[in-house]
Amino acid sequence: MEQQHERQLRQYVIDNFLFGQGGSDLKNEDSFTERGIVDSTGVLELVAFLEETFQVKVEDEDLIPANLDSINNLLLYLKKKQSLKKSNEFIRFEELPESA
Amino acid sequence: MCGILGVQLLNGERVDRTLLNTMIGQLHHRGPDATGFYIDGPVGFAHARLSIIDLSGGHQPMHNEDQTVWITFNGEIFNYIELRNDLIQKGHRFRTQSDTEVIIHLYEEKGEDCVQYLNGQWAFAIWDKKRDKLFMSRDRLGVRPLFYSLTAGMLLFGSEIKALLAYPGLTREIDLQALDQLFTFWVTLPPRTIFKGISELPPGHSLVSERGQVTIRSYWNIDYNSSNDSMSEQEAAATLLELLTDATKIRLRSDVPVGAYLSGGLDSTVITALIKKVSVSRLKTFSISFEDKEFDESGFQQEASSFLQTDHHAVRCSTQDIGRVFPDVIWHTEKPILRTAPAPLFLLSKLVREQGYKVVLTGEGSDEMLGGYDIFKEAKIRKFWGAFPESKIRPLLLKRLYPYLENIQAQSPAYLKAFFHVRREDQLSPFFSHLPRWELTSKLKMFFSEDVKSELKGSDVYNDLRERLPSNYSKWDGFSQAQFLETMYLLPGYILSSQGDRMAMAHSVEGRFPFLDHRVVEFAARIPPALKMKVLNEKYILKQAVGNLVPESIKKRPKQPYRAPDVKSFIGGDPNVVRHEYVEELLSANRIQKDGIFNPGAVQNLLEKARKGRTIGIKDNMAFVGTLSTQLVVDQFINRTIKGRHDGTAT
Repeated sequence: MEQQHERQLRQYVIDNFLFGQGGSDLKNEDSFTERGIVDSTGVLELVAFLEETFQVKVEDEDLIPANLDSINNLLLYLKKKQSLKKSNEFIRFEELPESA
Repeated sequence: MCGILGVQLLNGERVDRTLLNTMIGQLHHRGPDATGFYIDGPVGFAHARLSIIDLSGGHQPMHNEDQTVWITFNGEIFNYIELRNDLIQKGHRFRTQSDTEVIIHLYEEKGEDCVQYLNGQWAFAIWDKKRDKLFMSRDRLGVRPLFYSLTAGMLLFGSEIKALLAYPGLTREIDLQALDQLFTFWVTLPPRTIFKGISELPPGHSLVSERGQVTIRSYWNIDYNSSNDSMSEQEAAATLLELLTDATKIRLRSDVPVGAYLSGGLDSTVITALIKKVSVSRLKTFSISFEDKEFDESGFQQEASSFLQTDHHAVRCSTQDIGRVFPDVIWHTEKPILRTAPAPLFLLSKLVREQGYKVVLTGEGSDEMLGGYDIFKEAKIRKFWGAFPESKIRPLLLKRLYPYLENIQAQSPAYLKAFFHVRREDQLSPFFSHLPRWELTSKLKMFFSEDVKSELKGSDVYNDLRERLPSNYSKWDGFSQAQFLETMYLLPGYILSSQGDRMAMAHSVEGRFPFLDHRVVEFAARIPPALKMKVLNEKYILKQAVGNLVPESIKKRPKQPYRAPDVKSFIGGDPNVVRHEYVEELLSANRIQKDGIFNPGAVQNLLEKARKGRTIGIKDNMAFVGTLSTQLVVDQFINRTIKGRHDGTAT
């Protein structure tokens, strides 16, 4: 599952933000903001993509680089989001450790 | 207002009149009223005239009493009446009532320093027969354009690049360094233009060609050093109003009726109010309204017009209109642009001309001189935040700054920090104020082809700019530095050219700008920054200065930058948008591949995203408009394939 998510996320970032260019240089830990891959609109595009593709609801308080700023961060975020959905447990995300 | 052109052959051969005729033909839109020529062996001048002052006597090229000094001149000298009186007292004899003749006699009197005495907007060339000297000058702020090309044994100059390109055999090639600059700063840094081998005389500079040597020197600089912190608010407001009133008054000097642009913002309302104050005649005002509510300001325009009792006319602009006129717009800008904002101004000048007007006063320059742009406010907030980067409250001011930008409203402080460059190293940069804009724009270079990228490897556009900064720049406060960057680069390179002269002159309309009277500019540079922007109240001192001349609602309204629809003017989810054939053609993989500037795959992906209506961000929109306009420049000026667009030398 995680591998499939990784492929989907990577493909989306390459197609939508890099317009097909430089995909092979993109590492999972690369920061989207530091590399200038997303701008302020890009964050919102990314949110729309996550919600459409993975059927998750991205809350306003989740809009932080720790959740969304690299493929790795996204994978972790999705994992938590989906396990949350399963256990139907309520956790506020800013209470999670910084590594999240 | 006119088009000027000239050739100097350094090998001494005589200039061919037929050639001058072909070249000046390219500038017909700038001067449809008359054409004139002057040839003195290896020097040839041509002139396309738009008659505004001394309709019967002002023909050009014009000469002095003994025909030893000749001029071809585009522009207006607003203090010509005072200068003329002085010169008559000194014994000069005038044959006409024109401002052109004033420059000739002033040159005789003062030589190259004559420009120091001029209050106006000009580009001219003088042939001084006795000294065998060609002297060219461009106004202080770059209102009027002047391009030149120095190729083997020849100096060409003209108001627009297309006239120079009509010289047979002149190289037609995109300057990739210029493209690199434009896709960072939105402009090329003068003297560089987007065409290799063609230069722009920088604003406030003169050029002398004498004995085979060409020298370029600056005759005017803007200086923020003397910013006077002890200047009181009352003093600043009173002097500003006095200077602006006189600047407006002398800009009404004309032998044809003068109108005004009224955008619904503070600056054009101020100018319209000042016109009403100093003149009794009924005033016609003009504006653009947009079908798209996001961009439309007609409510404020109506309000200003009825308050000031003007005879108001508006042109309604749709996305289809922008897409339709865009190739013409680029034919006139002669450079790539990143936003479509010039297109509605092209339609507006058409309306002005159809109403029988040749001259309009506008509010251009106020935002640069008096601190109106969001970029100044943004820099102030970023600096405030940078002083305490961990603050969770300070970044929220950025949200207050851009109430109309949904994407900014949604961001957390952590993201705002990343997008708005408030790191320590950013704060030390001489370009601190402009980093968010320039860094964002630079991302568009990802669309460049591999060849272009490799050609530009190692090029450093920031260094190009750093080299041009005046030696005292680092001593100025951040606000003044930001003002300097806007005034010296974006103003002449985009606002006054792509949105200004080129759009107005496309329909033979002359713009005049009281805020750019050099007395206003020099005084504004001395006003303490805290009076220009009081806390976050932009153009505070202007609002104080004009008092109740303008409606309170206009003074208090939130500032809305002038914008126009970008991608959706060409393509997108809206089925009502007419498909423009040229867009599909110029952005097709084949054409992109053939022209070699952009990466075909990347452009196809961008097109695809646009077709799905997903190009919603500033970056994608700029990428689309930047790519399309660059392709139009290549098509119209390098390949010359668009039908009906020829310059007599088309292949």
